[in-house]
Amino acid sequence: MLPVIFVMPIIQLIILVNAATYEMKNIKLCIVDQDLSTFSRNLSSKFEGSPYFVIEKRTFSSKEAITYIDRGEITAAIIIPQGFERKIIRNEKNIKVQVLIDAINGTNAGVSQAYIISILQDYNKQILSKLLPVNSSNNGIVTSRRFWYNPELNYKTFMVPGILVLLITIISFILSGMNVVREKEIGTIEQINVTPIKKYQFIAGKLIPFWIIGLFELAFGLTIGKLLFDIPLVGSLGLVFGFAAIYLIVLLALGLLVSTIVNTQQQAMFISFFFMVVFILMSGLFTGVESMPEWAQIVNKANPLAYFVEVMRMILLKGSGISDIIKQLIAIITFAFFMISLAVWRYKKIS
Amino acid sequence: MNFVEINNISKSYGTHKALLETSFSVKKGELFGVIGPDGAGKTTLFRILTTLLLADSGSANMAGFDILKDYKKIRQIVGYMPGKFSLYQDLTIEENLAFFATIFGTTIKENYELIKDIYIQIEPFKDRPAGKLSGGMKQKLALSCALIHKPEILILDEPTTGVDAVSRTEFWDLLRRFKEMGITIIVSTPYMDEASLCDRVALMQEGKIMQIDTPANIVKNYKPELLAIKSNNMHDLLVKLREYNLNSQVYLFGQTIHFSSNQTINQSDLNNYLKNNGHTNVEISTSIPTIEDCFLWLMKQHN
Repeated sequence: MLPVIFVMPIIQLIILVNAATYEMKNIKLCIVDQDLSTFSRNLSSKFEGSPYFVIEKRTFSSKEAITYIDRGEITAAIIIPQGFERKIIRNEKNIKVQVLIDAINGTNAGVSQAYIISILQDYNKQILSKLLPVNSSNNGIVTSRRFWYNPELNYKTFMVPGILVLLITIISFILSGMNVVREKEIGTIEQINVTPIKKYQFIAGKLIPFWIIGLFELAFGLTIGKLLFDIPLVGSLGLVFGFAAIYLIVLLALGLLVSTIVNTQQQAMFISFFFMVVFILMSGLFTGVESMPEWAQIVNKANPLAYFVEVMRMILLKGSGISDIIKQLIAIITFAFFMISLAVWRYKKIS
Repeated sequence: MNFVEINNISKSYGTHKALLETSFSVKKGELFGVIGPDGAGKTTLFRILTTLLLADSGSANMAGFDILKDYKKIRQIVGYMPGKFSLYQDLTIEENLAFFATIFGTTIKENYELIKDIYIQIEPFKDRPAGKLSGGMKQKLALSCALIHKPEILILDEPTTGVDAVSRTEFWDLLRRFKEMGITIIVSTPYMDEASLCDRVALMQEGKIMQIDTPANIVKNYKPELLAIKSNNMHDLLVKLREYNLNSQVYLFGQTIHFSSNQTINQSDLNNYLKNNGHTNVEISTSIPTIEDCFLWLMKQHN
């Protein structure tokens, strides 16, 4: 068990942080250039030059491009129709380029589409500036961006705090969930129940070791995150641990509650997993909470993971202070009281 | 004075009735045996007495404490050893003992006198995890843990099941010694031969108590004549004896077949009957009944 406690965070952080990324590189492309003109070649060379795209195929038939998508050989096809150059030079309306995207993975398709569109728009501007007189007022809006708290949009900076939450959630929830039920299976709970031990003593005895392990994991994980991924630790670490300490109580009590309800470790595992998957996927760890439907956001109010993921990112990346996270803090303290009372109430020494 | 009083306790699991209006009482310092086959309701009864399970109806009190109202006090004065080994397998002998002593607010030292005789036997292995002990040693450790808080009542659920013959004898010797120290002991067992080691026994079957008495009285109250019969073909003998008298009870008992009936049996008639059916070397003798004979007879009467 001891090596697992050390090895698990290292492996999870290294694998997940590096692998679970939305950054898309090497999107496989097929260019269907039916115009074969200077303009169309210029456009395709724009894609060629981008690090995000690899031109996998070239063809003249859009039908062929679709079969490539069907076979999964390419992610997207860009079809430049005949007369593309002529229409541009004659300044006609309705100059069209077709983009076909394999949307088997909706997220990937969305990102690919955004990349493609931005290249097309860029090209569009270039043409306009070439064809229109220089002093034309129609220069469009110039946008300049600055990304706060993560200027390089470093994906790892964003993921490490989230993965850390995942890590201590799994450890605390699964360990406490399996614990009492294991005593039920072995029968040791009988021997404990005939003793005059008090309920709160028993539950405290069950929770405190895992609580310490959880906090230790967090410290260990943060160290790895700092050393390996150089994540910024802008805010107060004390606040992070303070919040984590309360968060752990919620999770441990929830695990204990599961444990007192079920009779076998198998059932405990099944129920813990159900909660974990719902909590994790809705936590905002991978997909933003803001983009969820309204009802899901309301459901998410009861998801302790969502609060912790948010708070971790706020404190670590933004340096938020206690006044910024007061809302989340109140919520998590309420949860802690609620869950611990429920677990104590549900645990009975008499069947 | 009755130290333990049980009045009409009933318990069912769904439609299955585990205990039916069970009543009995145990005197202070008595070694009381609950004898019955698996599924007789022994464990259910014990779990109710140790306040682990709530009875559907009925009442009981132990040392003057009601099992419902004063369950907290009962937990202080009762030592319970469940049928299944249920100490922490990953803790050593010493750690288990120290753990249970602490929970009861005492120390090993304080009550060492009480467990000395048992503990000496397992002491050489005190650093070994409980899960890695042999059956007999586990039993002794469990008994030590049940005694560590110097209980007034000791409740042992099938303590000798799955333990070798030598350890069983040793175990019963220990129980005798604790009884002499004034501890009231209620013990269950499926082994009929252990019944004679108790002061009084309750014979239990399908949630009902069939008889409560001293082992000697139970044997004395055995009314029918009991014959032990042998022949060259034991299997056929069993069949033929069952055909001989419909109101009889016939079962294998060690090397012989035990045959008993409500009616008087003419031994020479029986001998002739068996010879006519092709049996040779027939030996018929009257036998002194054991608790097992009594139990089987009572079972037949109850069915």
